[in-house]
Amino acid sequence: MKYLAPTTIEGAVRLLSEASGSTRILAGGTDTIVQLNAEQIEPDLIVDIKRIGEIRGITNENGGFRIGAAVSCAEMTEHDGVRDLWPGCVEAAGLIGSTQVQGRATIAGNLCNGSPAADSVPAMVAAGAVVRIIGTDGSRDVAVEKIPVGPGKTSIGADEFVHSIFLPPRPERSGDAYLRFIPRTEMDIAVVGVGINLTMDASGVCTAARVALGAVAETVLLVEEAGDTLIGTHIDDAALDNLARAVSAACKPINDKRGTVEFRTRVAGVLAKRVAKIAAERARG
Amino acid sequence: MANIQVSTKINGDTYEFLCRPDETLLEVLRDRIGLTGSKEGCASGDCGACSVMLGDRVVSSCLVLGAEVEGQEVNTIEGMADGGNLHPLQRNFIKFAALQCGFCTPGFLVAAKALLDKNPDPTETEIRYWLAGNLCRCTGYDKIVRAVLHTAEEMRGQARG
Amino acid sequence: MADIDRLEKVDGFKVVGTRPNRPDGVDKVTGRARFGADIHAPGMLIGKVLRSPHPHAKILSIDTTRALALSGVKAVLTSDDFGDVPAMHQATLHNVMAHNKALYEGHAIAAVAAVDVAIARKAIKLIDVEYEILPHVTDVDAAMAEDAPLLHEDNFTSGIDPKPSKPSNIATWSEFGHGNLDEGFSQADIILEREFTTEATHQGYIEPHACLATYSEDGNSEIWCTTQGHFLVRDTCAALLDIAVSRLRVTASEIGGGFGGKTVVYLEPLALALSRKAGRPVKMVMSRSEVFRSTGPTSSSSMRVKIGVRKDGRIIAADAHLNYQSGAFGGFIAMLGAMCAYACYSLENVRATANEVLTNRPMQASYRAPGAPIVNFAVESVIDELAVELELDPIEFRLMNAAKEGDRSSYGPVFDQIGLIQTLETARDHPHYQATLAKGQARGMAVGFWFNFGGLTSVSLNVNFDGTVTVSVGRPDIGGSRAAMCQMAAEELGIPYDNVRTIIADTSSLGFNDTTDGSRTTFANGLAIIRAARGAIRDMCARAAKTWDIPEEAVEWVDGCARPCGSNAGDFEPMCIAEIARKSPKTGGPIAGHHEVNAEGAGVSFAVHIADVKVDEETGRTDICRYTVVQDAGKAIHPAYVEGQYQGGAAQGIGWALNEGYVYGDDGIMQNPGFLDYRMPVCSDLPMIEAKIIEIPNKGHPYGVRGVGETSIVPPLATVANAICSATGVRMTQIPMAPPVLLKAIEKNNKQV
Repeated sequence: MKYLAPTTIEGAVRLLSEASGSTRILAGGTDTIVQLNAEQIEPDLIVDIKRIGEIRGITNENGGFRIGAAVSCAEMTEHDGVRDLWPGCVEAAGLIGSTQVQGRATIAGNLCNGSPAADSVPAMVAAGAVVRIIGTDGSRDVAVEKIPVGPGKTSIGADEFVHSIFLPPRPERSGDAYLRFIPRTEMDIAVVGVGINLTMDASGVCTAARVALGAVAETVLLVEEAGDTLIGTHIDDAALDNLARAVSAACKPINDKRGTVEFRTRVAGVLAKRVAKIAAERARG
Repeated sequence: MANIQVSTKINGDTYEFLCRPDETLLEVLRDRIGLTGSKEGCASGDCGACSVMLGDRVVSSCLVLGAEVEGQEVNTIEGMADGGNLHPLQRNFIKFAALQCGFCTPGFLVAAKALLDKNPDPTETEIRYWLAGNLCRCTGYDKIVRAVLHTAEEMRGQARG
Repeated sequence: MADIDRLEKVDGFKVVGTRPNRPDGVDKVTGRARFGADIHAPGMLIGKVLRSPHPHAKILSIDTTRALALSGVKAVLTSDDFGDVPAMHQATLHNVMAHNKALYEGHAIAAVAAVDVAIARKAIKLIDVEYEILPHVTDVDAAMAEDAPLLHEDNFTSGIDPKPSKPSNIATWSEFGHGNLDEGFSQADIILEREFTTEATHQGYIEPHACLATYSEDGNSEIWCTTQGHFLVRDTCAALLDIAVSRLRVTASEIGGGFGGKTVVYLEPLALALSRKAGRPVKMVMSRSEVFRSTGPTSSSSMRVKIGVRKDGRIIAADAHLNYQSGAFGGFIAMLGAMCAYACYSLENVRATANEVLTNRPMQASYRAPGAPIVNFAVESVIDELAVELELDPIEFRLMNAAKEGDRSSYGPVFDQIGLIQTLETARDHPHYQATLAKGQARGMAVGFWFNFGGLTSVSLNVNFDGTVTVSVGRPDIGGSRAAMCQMAAEELGIPYDNVRTIIADTSSLGFNDTTDGSRTTFANGLAIIRAARGAIRDMCARAAKTWDIPEEAVEWVDGCARPCGSNAGDFEPMCIAEIARKSPKTGGPIAGHHEVNAEGAGVSFAVHIADVKVDEETGRTDICRYTVVQDAGKAIHPAYVEGQYQGGAAQGIGWALNEGYVYGDDGIMQNPGFLDYRMPVCSDLPMIEAKIIEIPNKGHPYGVRGVGETSIVPPLATVANAICSATGVRMTQIPMAPPVLLKAIEKNNKQV
């Protein structure tokens, strides 16, 4: 195994394109090094992207924020601008692992790890975040929900890596939120995660809503039918009940050591109602 | 697997070491530098016993590669006391019986110091969530949280005085 | 004259009962303290173990050729490297290295020693093992079925007369009790019979097993290891490797938690055998996954409890049957469970029976009051339900039936002075129990019992020429016990705490000491230290008498000084310990005390726990909002560390109650061998845990000490279950009460209501 830490985007692209064996991108390392230590992966090359200055920061772009792939969750949660614009995404990022993990983990890594239970991903999907991917053929921008294709699998090519994630600007009277269910108060993987992003008009009627679910299917799900239950409503109790039903109906979970099909389906609906209330509260200001 | 040459600062001193590319900072500290105060409890980032400061962040050194710390600053439990003077957290952990076996203690101290450096007046809840990544199986956390609360108060008093 | 056998409580304590800084404190807050893996020897090799991927398989062949051919590999070890051992050590040997059959996933199959960890890891993968996979069983009830796969073809249940005709997976049957159950139940107005199950938990010490073994060409060898009992490591390793006990010296490192899980050898004999083969020191450290898959869990269980009461609240008959899953080798923990089942109650008609059941899981090890929390969950749940039926306050109901001095215990002996009633009364009157519940919260309580133990103990105490004192003990300090040892020596000698240091001596420096377990250390070491100190005092009084030329009987020891006493003693200035010590070369040589004993008279103890919980009825999540432990310590030598034992035990029990548990798939493989999915309580999961110490002196100890380490883990499972029942109306019969399980039960209950 080789470890290399290029300092430029071009240098990283070159390494990836020239690599012959298996390669791993190292950002925060909070998944990759766990897997290395457990001998679950034995890559031939590790490319540490944290020395590439261009992806180490958060930049304001057209009223939204571009979050570099090497930005840690701690840096993100400490950023007032991002927190004010996308509080749900920031909360989701802030839930990944311990304080120690927060100082290292990145939302790009959380996405690329491909876990259906990744905390930041439902929030980013609900937010309509866009991922910038760099490779031999240049860069491309992809909706975040297009990245995961299965447990541990993404649509990112072997010669590509995530450059940044763009959290877009948003209309007035918008709010987002994310909650997950875990058995303890911290340190667990989400048994269910729900991210909701919505916008209201001046009269308090919901005009747009995106609902994304984690840990209830092979990948994070964007559930349009669930968003539709909120649109045109004041997000009252009846709408919330419809939301819960639509969310539970969309769940395709499995039984595993963390939860049962029955539990995940039921709790996804419960959480969706709670998340929608918080998001609505935020939209109302 | 050719070894990598790394130059770094640990507890203020310059070190140069060779490590395997897959070797963690924790292994480097313990097996190459001889700083065994940081402990391995899990090697998966779940117990916090290996907590060290990497720059201004507290991290699990089991989830950092040795090669990554080239040119960086690492601070470990061994650098926490100022010469012969214990840090107030160290003193109060002893005074409040905040350790039983003491294995998790270095990690708790490093993490708690990082908290107090950032937030000199944390609430009990803030302390509990900040330290949620540090497992202690002996104490039930009660005396640890009390020691941190007391230290924060004491340090604020000194800062004012 | 000091009487070394004086056992009455000393009044007016000066050091005992205070909270001094522990002697090893600075080492432990600076990272200087050396634990199992913190050691390095010149020329050291790294050892690694190949473990079975199958829960049950015949080992057809092991080919080590490819591993041995790898550059840097210095030795490979298999069961062929061990000879026959005495019958009492056979299970241990076959657990540390599988013999013909792999009995659980994670069972050691072979081991290597190589020049570094990377090569050792690689070498493990080059050992070729041919297995014949056998059907497996991991569930306790399934293992007792007629057609269950047998772990040991030669296992005939012991404890049954006549011996069974067929082998089975039931290793041992045990039974305790007295009176006439049928008669008792016939007089009952209410009889409740309930069934319960609990899942296995792990002790969860944060420090993985680790050791360094050095076998020398001259046959002398040394082991450094993290253990609760280095004498046990010595004697076991000597037996497994067929070497004389005197040739093996074991030094206990600082120990990063044990809770019973480090009372067994795992790596130590392998490291020593590898060192013997390789001719170099061998260090071995387990990964967390190995710790979970190959060491110490508790039993899982299925239980049936039947209790009959009269309308007046008197328990008239109580029966329990326990099936404890003991892993791949039999043990004694189901028996302890049966003994503890009804120990809190004064009963005329009582019985508890237990099966120790073999399964394809790791060999169970003791875990803090082994066996007791499991059965306590079942019994205290039914007691709670009866209190509700009888419309009695749960503490009052328990007080009406509480065991007291002079009662015959449910497990046989007659209770001496015990503190159960005071413990219950203190809990009842405690501000927590009296407090109005916060909105949305509910309260539960339970009471628990543990025996506490004494056992083989050997200590020495040396008075240095400057009058300071060094105490050597033979039990690892797992939670601050060195401080208590210093306190008891200082108290007895009448000198300041800071003038005494206590060290954990190696196995060649003292006589045999039983392991640090059974809540014995402060009791038994303390007993021996006090007597050793009295021996030294007698000698020092004699030296003073000699100096003054008066009879020894005319000298007394007060506040660290010898002084003349009585009418004909003469008029001399008191001679203090420093002066006597300084002059000792001329008065007969060094001054020391020592004591060797099989300490008896460890006093039993009881604890009452109170919990306020909040249950999210939409998700099944339980939060512990307030928690109080009331427990009898006999005499708290260092109250801060006694509180720490109470708090730690409570936290472990809360974890057991709510979220901890081994998860097995149908494939017999443990699915959660890490701290991510084996969910021990984290800091944000718990409130402050109030610890209330009660002191009902134990007559078997000069200062009244009872063990305090274990009782505190006994009541939490039932306490939390009873609180959850108050909150939701749902009586949980399954541990852990994890959210999916609790939510299902709540929803089922809601449908019925």
